[in-house]
Amino acid sequence: MSETKVIDACNTYCPGPLMELITYMKQAEVGDILELLSTDQGTASDVPEWVNKIGHEMVSSEKVDDIWHIKVRKAK
Amino acid sequence: MSRKIHIVCLSGTREKLQMAAMVASVGAASGDEVTVFFSMNALAYFIKGDSTEAPVEGEFGKLLAHKGVPPFKQLFQQAAELGDAQLLPCSMALDLLEITDDDLVPEFGEATGLTKFLMDAEGAQLLSF
Repeated sequence: MSETKVIDACNTYCPGPLMELITYMKQAEVGDILELLSTDQGTASDVPEWVNKIGHEMVSSEKVDDIWHIKVRKAK
Repeated sequence: MSRKIHIVCLSGTREKLQMAAMVASVGAASGDEVTVFFSMNALAYFIKGDSTEAPVEGEFGKLLAHKGVPPFKQLFQQAAELGDAQLLPCSMALDLLEITDDDLVPEFGEATGLTKFLMDAEGAQLLSF
């Protein structure tokens, strides 16, 4: 069964949040959703770039109270 | 599309090591074929047990000590572990430091000569820090 894992990378700077996401992505199962929390502005644009390049799926990206919530589904 | 990125890491300053490690880790984790060749002042930080702080070049370098900035050693390690980047010590630098590749952290590969590195770098993007 797929599940959602929350990765709190708040207060770390580029490329920390992306590396956190990739570390957990390696351990996740196909279909799992990873929700990355980040306060780094660059992450909000960089993560979708990475997701598209690697071939995973962007689920959503929204900023709530200065924290980006970026949801990605592992596709392979 | 996967690219071939070769990085020459020479400087021992915090800013240059940080930028090289950022390019290596993001590139490798994004599917690029990354090779980093360490020589001159950059190599000694990767001797097992080394905890020397890299000196800063300018004011910005001090900001890199912020706890939220991933340290360059961690980023190089992630480049190797998450993205299969090759981290190669320069054989000449090892000779001058009177050490072997066994004295370096485990993510490092075999001692590599400049000739082999340059031959492998054919057709690659070459960046120097």
